[in-house]
Parts: sequence; structure tokens; C-alpha cells
Amino acid sequence: MQQLTDEIRAIARKLLRDKQVDVVIGFERGSMPLRRRPCFVRKEEDADRLVWDGWCENTLATYLPKRKEKAAIVAKGCDSRAVVELIKEKQVQRDQIIVIGVPCRGMIDRAQVEASVAPARIAQAEEDPDFEETLRRTGSLHDCCKTCAHPNPVLYDVLAGEPLPQKVQDPFADIEAFNTMKPEERWAYLSREVEKCIRCYACRNACPLCYCPECFVDASLPQWVGKSVDASDTMIFHLMRAYHLAGRCVSCGACERACPVGVDIGKLNRMLLKEVRDLFGYEAGLGLDEKSPMATFRLDDPESFIVNP
Amino acid sequence: MPFISKILKKERLSGFLERLVRDRQVFAPVKKGEVILIREIDSPSQVILEYRNAKESPKSVFFPQRETLFRYRAEKGKAEVDVPSGAGKGRVLFGIRPCDARGLLLLDKVFGGGSSDPYYTDKRSSMVVVSLGCVDPNPSCFCLSMGGGPCSAEGSDLLLLDLGDRYIAQAESEKGVALLEDQAFEKSDEKSLSLAEKTRKQAEASMQPVAKKANLEQELERLFSDPVWKDLAESCLSCGICTYLCPTCHCFDLCDEASGQAGERIRVWDSCQFPLFTQQASGFNPRPTVKERFRQRIMHKLSYLPKSQSMTGCVGCGRCVTECPVNLDIREVMVSLSEGNER
Repeated sequence: MQQLTDEIRAIARKLLRDKQVDVVIGFERGSMPLRRRPCFVRKEEDADRLVWDGWCENTLATYLPKRKEKAAIVAKGCDSRAVVELIKEKQVQRDQIIVIGVPCRGMIDRAQVEASVAPARIAQAEEDPDFEETLRRTGSLHDCCKTCAHPNPVLYDVLAGEPLPQKVQDPFADIEAFNTMKPEERWAYLSREVEKCIRCYACRNACPLCYCPECFVDASLPQWVGKSVDASDTMIFHLMRAYHLAGRCVSCGACERACPVGVDIGKLNRMLLKEVRDLFGYEAGLGLDEKSPMATFRLDDPESFIVNP
Repeated sequence: MPFISKILKKERLSGFLERLVRDRQVFAPVKKGEVILIREIDSPSQVILEYRNAKESPKSVFFPQRETLFRYRAEKGKAEVDVPSGAGKGRVLFGIRPCDARGLLLLDKVFGGGSSDPYYTDKRSSMVVVSLGCVDPNPSCFCLSMGGGPCSAEGSDLLLLDLGDRYIAQAESEKGVALLEDQAFEKSDEKSLSLAEKTRKQAEASMQPVAKKANLEQELERLFSDPVWKDLAESCLSCGICTYLCPTCHCFDLCDEASGQAGERIRVWDSCQFPLFTQQASGFNPRPTVKERFRQRIMHKLSYLPKSQSMTGCVGCGRCVTECPVNLDIREVMVSLSEGNER
């Protein structure tokens, strides 16, 4: 881990020294154990703030749209996929960014780590440790990291570390299992999840692909959705957001991690991602030249979901 | 000074709660899914007292996220208005943490001050607040630095402190004294009182003080135009987690939810972190970027409220610290601003 941190720092120092970028967006140590957080480095001498390990969970691509300065971004596989989508959707100009790709072994869910040692509390946590308590890394990953099939950055200008072996797994195995439930059971599950929502919009704001200047929930003329935590209004928010992200969401999990009350937002989003993959053979953010299924038309597009003969 | 102290043996707690639930509406920490929330209970078995703090603050018991102010119906030129009936008498908020109890004092000033809000005061005046002192505060807690304390009784009618096999119950008001009438409580003794004092001191000593300037509140106004806000707010996502989970944040929006000729006027939580909060009909927004919105939250808590209500808008519960998706830590913000003062 220290080696990757050193590499990232060296890359950042060089980019800033050569004035190739105005800012390097990466991770620094947070204010508590198990916490890393976004940081914005503008001076060469501040590059030593940058770190890399298994808690660098934020999706930094969220900070790219509308940025006026030239930026370098530390990008995991999912970050790089979000960058690809943002470039395709013309929210980010390719020549305005430098992508520092970092192969990602999955990020560790601190809630799981905390729960596993409770009621004791964590004073310090490191990867590659020599500590009182050692946990299996693979068992404590975020859900989205467990199902992730793209650990390596798909787009980068400079790579820190070595690419990891590509994972061979069906990223939607859990959705397939969910889809075997009866429709009313699925609805009941989603309703229970959405009932927890407090409408703080952290999911939307943490999402790299939710960049609309005006979100439909904030529109007042006309007002599409009620503002309270009324069950149907909250459901509409989550359903509409999932539809808006169909074929665009890169499964980075930023929404789920940001949610303070643990709504299973990924279930809804990924149900639609699976639909898009099954119907159009498309996964978001894998290539700059691939056309987004929702932004293109082919004569042989499947339409069984429109008319069911 | 406490009115009176008594002992509640742990094996008698369930009986006490049983009697409370029989006669009154009781709200207490319960487990919902993975998280602890303050909810109405109908059985003592639901109550969880081995917990750090509830995910959400108890403010929603008095100031619900969605509240109907009145219902209306227009028919043949006539309008009918119907105001929902108030809260029942005799309600108990049981087992909340001292920071949250203290937070209620700020809400009292805002909603119960000069122009009293009937919806809030109705729910508040019928409530007895029984808090549970923290013997082992979280690393994210900083109540002591904000004028409270892990075993502070401010805002509570009755404060319970865990002494192992029993609680010491300290009444802080007439309402609290009345609760101590219950048969579950026994006379306190010197040994328990001195153990309580020792427990309080230990809890306080375990907390990390926030290295902020003592007079930061007075000096913040000077920093309004300081460039420091841009740096402080740079990673902020502008979501509503910090304000919605905060025990003292109290901003709201009023809207009508109508269908045809009938509808409801409702009050819903709003957040200064949302651009829409200050969006004006002309299209102008006085707080157009995250910098202004973040500054507003900090200034309101640490400068405006101390001036207008003689109390800071932060009780140090640490919810915003633990739940912020980008770990924007208000303790570090206070330290940065204190250092800014020295420039």
C-alpha cells in the first residue's frame, strides 16, 4: 500500500511541478480511524498528504463536472468508468483532465469492520497490519466491490502500480436471485428499503453521474414530486433516479455508501443496469467509442418490453 | 443542583417501563434494521439501552420531518379548515443521550421563544425527558467542548447514569421528581452517589477536547469574507445529512399538498445545504455555491445562534462527524477557523 501511496505522490508532484494540472484530486487521511477522504492538492509540497489504501472509498469523479481548472484525478476502476461516461456525456473535456489510474482490490466497508470488533472500538486501522485484530480483507468489502468485475482503470494517462487480474464473475448474480422473487415480494422489499429514506439527497449528490443543473425533485414549476417523506413521493424519487441512471450507472456504490440510513439503493439501480445489459449488451463506462444505448437507435433494438405479443 | 436522586436497580427497569407504557405514550431507542432510532414503543422489550447514540436525533418527536398544520376543503364557495388534534397528555422520551436532551433547549428557544409555535410547544410541554448519561462516549463525541458533558443533565427532567447493576436517577425538574414516585425507585446511598461522581469524571476525562478558541463564537463574524471557506467547503457534496441528523437544526419549508379542492398545508424539514433553500423567484440565489451554504451552516451554529439565543447550535453529538460521506469534520473546521483568527 505504501508503495502505491509513494507512486501516487510522485506522480502528483511531477504533474504540479510541470504545471500540467492546477489540482490533483486524491485521498488523504480522515479525522477518524478507517476514514480516508477526498483532498485537493494544489502545491507540490502538499502532495505528501495523498494516501492510498483500502479505505479510499469516495468516488472522486463526482468533483469533475463544472470544474474550471485543469485537474488530475486518482481513479479506481469505477472512477475511470464514471470519467468515461462524463466525457461521453460532454460534462468533462478529455484534454482538461489527467487520469491517474490505480488498480483497485476493492474498498473495505468500515461499518463491517466496526461491527466485527464491537463493542470494542477501533483506535487505529491499517492494511498490512501487525495488530490485535486481523480481519480477512475480502470478507469486509463493500457490496459493490464484491460484485465489481472491473478492478482496473479502463481509461488512464498514467498508472500507479500493476494491473490486477480481471475478475471473471457475473456482476448481476445477486440481481438474478432477487428477480426470482414474486413481484409483490420485490415490491415489499423495495418499499421497506425506501421507507428508511430521509430525503437528504446524499445518494444523488455523491453520484458522479447525477449532475443535472436542476434535479426533477427540486423543480417547483411544475412540482413533479412532493417534498416530504411520504412513501409514494420518496419511492418516486428513487425510481426516477434509477431510471435516469439506467445504462449510465457505473456501480461505484457512492450512493449506498453516502446513505446515512442504509437504503439498498444499489438493488434498484442495478436491476435496471441488468436490464440494459441483457437487452442491449451494454455496460456503462467501458469505452469512449461505445454509444450509450439510451442516446442512440438501432433498427434491431429489442422492443419486447414495449409490446408483449 | 439536582432536586433529588434515587436508585433504580436494573432488574426493576422493565417493570418501571411497563407502567410507563401502560399510562403514557413512550418514545425510546429501538433497533430498526441495522440502526438505532428513537420510536414510540409499546413494550419494554423493544428498548435498547446498550447503544452509543441513535442514528437520527430525537428532534423528530417534537418537530416531525413531515407535519400537517391544517387540512382544507373548498365546496360551493365555502371553505372548511381542520386543524389536527394535539399530542396526548403524559408522554415520555426515554433513554436519549445528554447531548440530544441539551439540543432540545435550543429548539425550545427557537420554537417556544418570543412567538411560540403551537405545534412544537404542544408536543414539548406534554413530554418528560429521561436521558441516559454516557459512561463511554464515542471518539466522535465532543459535547464537553460545546458546553455540555457526557453526563450533563441539561435539558433532561431525569438523568439516569449506569453504575453497573443499577442506575442512579437524578431528577432535574418537578416532572422528573414525579417520575421518581414510581415503586421501582429506591433511596440512594453515599456509595452510589460517589460512584456516580467517579463515573462522570471518567467519562469526561476520556473525551478529546476540540482545540478551538474559547471566543471563536465572537470572532467568527470577522471571518465571513475570509478565503478559508472555499478551502473548507471544497469536498462538501451539499447533501442534507449533517442538517437532517443534527439535533438542533430546525429549518423548514411550508408547502401545500392538494388534490382538486382539498388539501393539506404541511411543514417539512429543509436544509441550508440545498441550493433550493435560498433560491428566489427571480432566479437569483444569494447562496449560489457550496461555499456560501457551508459557511451558513457553520455561522448559524457558532455565531448567529449564540448571539440571538445565547446558545451555540452545536451540542457535540458527533452525528455529522460520523455520517458525512466525505468526512468533513466540524471539529476540524472549528480548529481551522480558530487558527484563521490568529493570522
